[in-house]
Amino acid sequence: MFDIDRWREIFQSINKNRLRSVMSGFTVSFAILLFTLLFGIVNGLSNSFTSAFVDDAQNSMQVRVRKTTKPFKGLQTGREIQLRNDDYNFVKDTYKDKIQYQSARIYKNFTLKYKNEANNYDVRAVNPDHQFLEKTIIDEGRYLNERDLNEKSKVIVIGRLVKEDLFGEKPALGKRLNVNGSSYLIIGIFSDEGGDNEERIAYIPVTTAQNIYGNNDYISQINLGYNPNLSLDAAIAFGNKIERDLRKKLNIHPDDQSALSVRNMAEANKGVGMFMGALYAIVILVGSGTLVAGIIGISNIMIFVIKERTKEFGIRKALGATPASIIGMVVQESVLITTIAGYLGLSLGTYILSLIGNNLEEKYFIKDPSVSPAIVIAATVVLILSGLVAGYVPAKRAANIKPIEALRAD
Amino acid sequence: MIRIEKMHKSYPIGKDSLHVLKGIDLHIKEGEFVSIMGSSGSGKSTLLNIVGLLDIHDEGNYYLNGELIKDMNEKKAAILRNKFLGFVFQSFNLISYKTALENVALPLYYKGINRKERLEIAMDYLDKVGLKQWANHLPNELSGGQKQRVAIARALVTKPKVVLADEPTGALDSTTTDSVMDLLKDINDEGMTVFVITHEEEVAEQTKRIVRLKDGVIISDELTNIGKAV
Repeated sequence: MFDIDRWREIFQSINKNRLRSVMSGFTVSFAILLFTLLFGIVNGLSNSFTSAFVDDAQNSMQVRVRKTTKPFKGLQTGREIQLRNDDYNFVKDTYKDKIQYQSARIYKNFTLKYKNEANNYDVRAVNPDHQFLEKTIIDEGRYLNERDLNEKSKVIVIGRLVKEDLFGEKPALGKRLNVNGSSYLIIGIFSDEGGDNEERIAYIPVTTAQNIYGNNDYISQINLGYNPNLSLDAAIAFGNKIERDLRKKLNIHPDDQSALSVRNMAEANKGVGMFMGALYAIVILVGSGTLVAGIIGISNIMIFVIKERTKEFGIRKALGATPASIIGMVVQESVLITTIAGYLGLSLGTYILSLIGNNLEEKYFIKDPSVSPAIVIAATVVLILSGLVAGYVPAKRAANIKPIEALRAD
Repeated sequence: MIRIEKMHKSYPIGKDSLHVLKGIDLHIKEGEFVSIMGSSGSGKSTLLNIVGLLDIHDEGNYYLNGELIKDMNEKKAAILRNKFLGFVFQSFNLISYKTALENVALPLYYKGINRKERLEIAMDYLDKVGLKQWANHLPNELSGGQKQRVAIARALVTKPKVVLADEPTGALDSTTTDSVMDLLKDINDEGMTVFVITHEEEVAEQTKRIVRLKDGVIISDELTNIGKAV
């Protein structure tokens, strides 16, 4: 393989027969180009889907309630369902090992005021785990903690845009903010990849909100992060179980989807996963089909080449070439052509994908189409193997040429 | 050097087989200059192919340089060819995309000699056949006589025990024929065994021993005038 003389022989042979070599390489280049483009575009689609869900944690689940739409156990339709701390604790205690994060959420809308600047903002009263469920990024200070909840502290974490609205360039951390008439300490400032709306809100402890605004134990919804060790199917089953158990606990008809529902990312993930899986399967099918066609093309051309060079191989054999050296030469030539041609296809494909970049994101949901280094390495291995396969059959034929027959051929 | 005992060879043709060599006994000693004569179909090319390890005989014994040739696989045959035999063909059989020098150096490549050394050796042999200044020309830039001299240089470059020439002058005119035969004579004078196949009487007469074949058997085996003179 690393015999420089062998390489010299091969380069000479390729160089003297350029058209033939280019022709045989072309099919492989084309196959790899096609594969790269297809794979890159599907990756682009996948990127779009993933970024569509970037706002929340991939394992998040939300328990939501509305009015009942079905009568149950003598209770009428249209009954308003209210979640309470008791429900929150029920979930927490019952499914301990299946839950990674848990937070209650109460929706409020308050006027936030600092000096002369004031505005209305959505304020969410939550538990500390909420930070991970919502993928909140703390830029300054800290998020809510258990102590804040236990002490029902009047502390607030504000979004980047809230800070900009009320404080401009001035520092906000540690300042006191007027929230609906009460004074809150700003303990943190956050940003969120979910977009501007997610940064124009503020978080306060759920206990503080329950204490000050109504003195009750109501909560608007329960947010959960299921244990990431659960498979998607197990996570979906878990979501369904919570739904059933809570409906039973709250006297809701078992099929009343509207009154209480669990929005489960696992279901969305599974759908997207299946869709992407099907797409990848198609790409791999089409790609490998094209590649096989390419290999057969090379093999065909190599067989023709062997015929054309029958006499040469006969001469080489008469001069002392062993069958192994003939096989080695032909296979190596085939591997070389396949690899170079494949890499041309791969580079061209990668280049085209980089040109596409994010230009197709708006219209076609293709975001940053590209192929990963792992794919490039895999492609290299496949190419070398393809070259071996494409070269071996013709090489074997070349090696079996009887010198006398070869020398008679004109 | 070459000893053949009761050799038989047939080729299958469809269901029948063609019996080409019908019990050949031949002994060629080291340093001989032998020609095999016969019309086409007499079996002379078959004999040369078997002697040259390009084909396998059916029956009988063949000793090359004292070694019994039996159960040859391709690899073993290739190594023996490279070591003991040099070939000169009627149609020259040079590799068209290689220069004269590279053609001559090719057997040395299969012998495993490094590039620098083999090009030096090849150049010496090209010089010997008087074609040093044509070293970097491709075969299609050479005349028939020049091509055959390149082929002879290639046959000699590995210092074989036997040079096998199959109608070496068959494609040449009479003047170039003479120059090629002179070259073969010189080689023989240096002590190399030369084995020529021809159907030309004039060519055969320039060798030292003529073996005549007809229908797969040897009908005569005698020394020429030159042979007697030695």
